[in-house]
Amino acid sequence: MKKTLEGSIAVAEAIKNCEPDVAACYPITPSTHIGEHLSEFFANGELKSYVNTEAEISSIAALIGASAAGGRAISVTSSQGLAYMHESLFCAAGMRLPMLIVVGNRSLSAPLSIWNDWQDSIAERDSGCMQFYAENNQEAVDLAIQAFKISEAVNLPAILGMDGFYLTHSVEPLDIPEITEVQKFLPKRVSAVKLDTKNPLTMGAYAFPQYYQGFRQDLHKDLLSAKTTIKNVHNEFAKQFGRKYGNGLIEEYNTKDAEYILISMGSAAGNAKDAADELRTAGEKVGVLRIRCYRPFPSEDIAKALDGKKGVGVFEKAYSMGAVPPVYADVSEAITNCKSRPQLSSFVGGLGGKDVTVDSLKILFGKLKKGVCKEWV
Amino acid sequence: MIYEVRFHGRGGQGAVTAANLLAVAAGHEGKYSRAFPFFGVERRGAPVQAFCRISDKPFRSYQNVYTPNTVVVLDSTLIKDVDVLSGLEKGGHVVVNCHTCPDLKSASVHYVDATKSALKHLKKPIVNTAMLGAFAKVTDIVKLESLKQVVKDNFGESNVKALEECYAEVKQ
Repeated sequence: MKKTLEGSIAVAEAIKNCEPDVAACYPITPSTHIGEHLSEFFANGELKSYVNTEAEISSIAALIGASAAGGRAISVTSSQGLAYMHESLFCAAGMRLPMLIVVGNRSLSAPLSIWNDWQDSIAERDSGCMQFYAENNQEAVDLAIQAFKISEAVNLPAILGMDGFYLTHSVEPLDIPEITEVQKFLPKRVSAVKLDTKNPLTMGAYAFPQYYQGFRQDLHKDLLSAKTTIKNVHNEFAKQFGRKYGNGLIEEYNTKDAEYILISMGSAAGNAKDAADELRTAGEKVGVLRIRCYRPFPSEDIAKALDGKKGVGVFEKAYSMGAVPPVYADVSEAITNCKSRPQLSSFVGGLGGKDVTVDSLKILFGKLKKGVCKEWV
Repeated sequence: MIYEVRFHGRGGQGAVTAANLLAVAAGHEGKYSRAFPFFGVERRGAPVQAFCRISDKPFRSYQNVYTPNTVVVLDSTLIKDVDVLSGLEKGGHVVVNCHTCPDLKSASVHYVDATKSALKHLKKPIVNTAMLGAFAKVTDIVKLESLKQVVKDNFGESNVKALEECYAEVKQ
């Protein structure tokens, strides 16, 4: 049964139905409404706990504690708030603690901007946390439920990116899985190792130089092997709830016979599909590849999808200052595994809320035909 | 076809809520809808835009509304600062909260004193629900009854009265 409601409220309801043990949040635009509603659910007795933290660094500390004690933990933040969690995200991943952080994606200061891009979450790409990006609010709802299950299966934190305002503030008809259905899909967390005052133990202890690197290498390997779990959980979800998003890692849209492909993430990928549809009507062989899971990076699936294509462009709302755009860099590496490598272009845009229109994306498809292009658009 | 509406208002007048209520009313009729805001700065008095798309079929677009079928202006003083007619489809309606006919170069200008209705029924100048009444009269994209129900569910009877009054009083 569909309800017309704001994406933030819908995601808060989905989180509530996942029955987390601890929610810990500090408000920041544009993710505030999610935390507000979690707080309201707690006040109504519908959520076990809600911690009104004094800052995001405390939110992540609360999540680490809750997860280490075997609980299901959730926080919500954006922009500078996520940046403030930075050091502890590495701890959470290194300590192999499952948790979910929903990010209402927003630009970073300076200059100050409340609007959407992906600089905040992409800046955390090396933390060891998994990262997912929702194209629309229905996917954000579904991903929240999947992310808990994936995170608890692989013992790694998950970040769920929702485009700020575009998703967080959109009111639209959405289907929120009932709690009884969610319970069937997502059983209570079972933690093999947890903090227990009767059997004290230390987590995240000191590692001498002969051990440290090995731990970090293991983290990388485990993140890579999480890809199988992500696909499996996605398939399981599709089977139970009837909604499917590509193969869980990437979504290919009219790519099979396409000569030119635009890659993107989040709501921009939806607009890119609209652009591709319009060009298809005019007889152009174009398609869209959406990266749904950014960490671990689905290199193999991307290489397979792009093999033999004439031209590929990556459109992203982030940059690695002084180098090249981050998603483009990852795709560049991925296509080294193609037998017939496509020409790869890079487009950076939509920073600080610069609207990514269907028309502007149609122009990018046009540029792909003319050869390699690296532009801020 | 996707029907697009753009609301212009100032922070505190409820433009964002107006777009949201419209999306919910459309949802009640089994239509596909999506409303979202574009804030200037997040404070009272600052110009705000809010968008609403309504369609019989599912759609993807999350881009701002640039080519509206109808424009709703909650504060006529915005007209001198903001190009409220920008991208309005040829013959598209513009519905303005104003006690006299606003000076706009458009074929289909409608106006109503929503501030008067809001002050009368709500005792405060929050004109969004009143303006939805005028919108319902001018367009037939969502039924008056659906809007009344959604406004009643969210804000109660006095808002419904303001809505009904502006439905009756809107002029061309």
